[in-house]
Amino acid sequence: MTALLEAENLVKHFPASRNLFGRPTSLVRAVDGVSFHVDRGETLALVGESGCGKSTVSRLALRLIEPDAGSLRFDGRDLLALDADELRGFRRQAQIIFQDPYAALNPRMSVSQILGEPLALHELVPPSRRRARIEELLRLVGLEPRLARRYPHEFSGGQRQRIAIARALAVEPKLIICDEPVSALDVSIRSQILNLLRDLQDRLGLSYIFVSHDLAVVKHIADRVAVMNLGGIVETAATEALFASPHHPYSRALLSAIPLPKPQAKRTRMVLQGELPSALDPPSGCRFHTRCPFVIEHCRAEAPDLRAGTGDAINHPVACHRAAELPPAGAILPFDGGFSPALEKLVAAFSSEQGGAAGGVDIIGRPAAE
Amino acid sequence: MNAPPLIEIQRLRVLFRGDDGRTTHAVDSVDLAVDHGATLGLVGESGCGKSVTSLAIMGLLSKRSAEVSGSIRFDGFDLLQAGDQTLRDLRGNRLAMIFQEPMSSLNPSFTIGDQIVETILRHRGGSARAARQRAIQLLGRVHIPSPEKRIDEFPHRLSGGMRQRVMIAIALACDPRLLIADEPTTALDVTLQAQILELMRELKSEGGAAIILITHDLGVVAEVCDEVAVMYAGEIVERAAVDELFSSPQHPYTVGLLGSMPRLDRRAQQLATIDGMVPNMARPPIGCRFAARCPFAVDACTKAPPPLAEVSPRHASRCIRAPLERLVS
Repeated sequence: MTALLEAENLVKHFPASRNLFGRPTSLVRAVDGVSFHVDRGETLALVGESGCGKSTVSRLALRLIEPDAGSLRFDGRDLLALDADELRGFRRQAQIIFQDPYAALNPRMSVSQILGEPLALHELVPPSRRRARIEELLRLVGLEPRLARRYPHEFSGGQRQRIAIARALAVEPKLIICDEPVSALDVSIRSQILNLLRDLQDRLGLSYIFVSHDLAVVKHIADRVAVMNLGGIVETAATEALFASPHHPYSRALLSAIPLPKPQAKRTRMVLQGELPSALDPPSGCRFHTRCPFVIEHCRAEAPDLRAGTGDAINHPVACHRAAELPPAGAILPFDGGFSPALEKLVAAFSSEQGGAAGGVDIIGRPAAE
Repeated sequence: MNAPPLIEIQRLRVLFRGDDGRTTHAVDSVDLAVDHGATLGLVGESGCGKSVTSLAIMGLLSKRSAEVSGSIRFDGFDLLQAGDQTLRDLRGNRLAMIFQEPMSSLNPSFTIGDQIVETILRHRGGSARAARQRAIQLLGRVHIPSPEKRIDEFPHRLSGGMRQRVMIAIALACDPRLLIADEPTTALDVTLQAQILELMRELKSEGGAAIILITHDLGVVAEVCDEVAVMYAGEIVERAAVDELFSSPQHPYTVGLLGSMPRLDRRAQQLATIDGMVPNMARPPIGCRFAARCPFAVDACTKAPPPLAEVSPRHASRCIRAPLERLVS
């Protein structure tokens, strides 16, 4: 079976300055030869620091911006060959939701107008049935249908993100790009949106590209992870494999930087020194060499390719000259239990009463729910 | 034997008066104490009053819109009774604060050196040359490479992580007794966050300043703090040593917060959520403010405000159903 989305060697350089004649004199190498694929019903996470190119990749994948080079195939079709009409058709298949739901919704449109627009644009639902469909969409994202007449300012951040998700779902897409969808939300709201995204994926068979810098969230939601540094992917692996044994020194640094909700956790810390180099003037050779604790002369001279290993590592390609000789990752993320047994029970009781999935614990001294 | 705490907050209450005559209870009867050299995490979600509490300590709330009552004793002063002159002498000196967004806290038209030197001269006096030397030393202490060159840079030339280091250097300029850090790493990338947290751990081990770390991230608290106070709707709902809080939380809100964090140790299908909304703080409920969202709530919870009571020594919870262990079988 072919992948839903396949990107090969995508390149995007933005001019940073121009000369008198409008010719670019310096370039930001935002994306420099990125290849990846997303399967049907799968979540691929793109992770990395600010400026690593993860958002640019997500916009390239939708052709919201045009790549300078490379190829993009969606559902077997060449995306870059589509003309304007066909591109509009493609927008039915792939949607995006953004970090800031305050900015993503037009404040002068009511929810029913916001959700009705894609339905009308793509002539999906006849006008007579639109209201019913809008109510259905609201229910799908856990909002009450009677809220359709309200305006974005009347909602909280989490509710607005739900509206943005409903708008993306209106066209029944196969792929949704989630660009930091929960970064602006509070912890308890964040978990609601993550649960919703997971639930929608199970029910509708959606694929997600999940762009995030929060690795704990990525661990929770993604099937596979691609780690990006300065415009290139340095490692891709199944989520479990990456978190169990990150190969690339940069992935290790990212994982060791996750604050663990466990006081006095014993872990190997790998705090990167120095600054993120600029994509305007990326370092020679391996772009991570200026911050890498394992750097050797070879790294400064030649850029490593993203290369798959053998055996177990066949689906775990890494772009590092020294991948084979690095010490084992060790206790970057200790797995010695998370919650105490008492807390585990309390959390289960807390969510079972909220209608969550983790039921099975009774709360003593409380009348049974109707 | 017991020395008095460095800062002791009692019955702190902040009311905001809106133009329409409505009052909002931003902070309500907050009691807190931080010992010399200790690190307290103040945790809660947007609007819970954690930042307002810190602004009240610093005396930065506008007298026109905010009504502050209670007492804040710091190092022999009552900060709420102190005059503007006293506060000006304390702020940046014995009492320092860093904010979430370092760019908007630094003046873009002065070099970082000027901004550090200004603080030193204002509070310590001495020669400009000595102050500059001290500024270079401070930049080194917060691990800014080649500080003697960087000192003459303008803020826009520095990255976000560097700017936050400069802010910390300014805060440390006069060896504060108390450093308030309001979401100091929220705007930063994980790798930079790790650097700043490492720096805060260093400051802690060197002794000296007590730290109040305000954050919404329980992970950050676990990494840096000794004690934690959890705030909800303007009140402290739980206070405990950091180990205690993470192993045996005694307020349902804390349980909900911990449960809603994505797990790193195993893959959960669903995360805990806290349904419902924060109560309207113009008319806070009579009983427990969390009761409407609480799965453990019983009738008594909505009848009277629960007190912040000790469940075990040094572990207090504002929940009449605590200890929570006996609620689950």
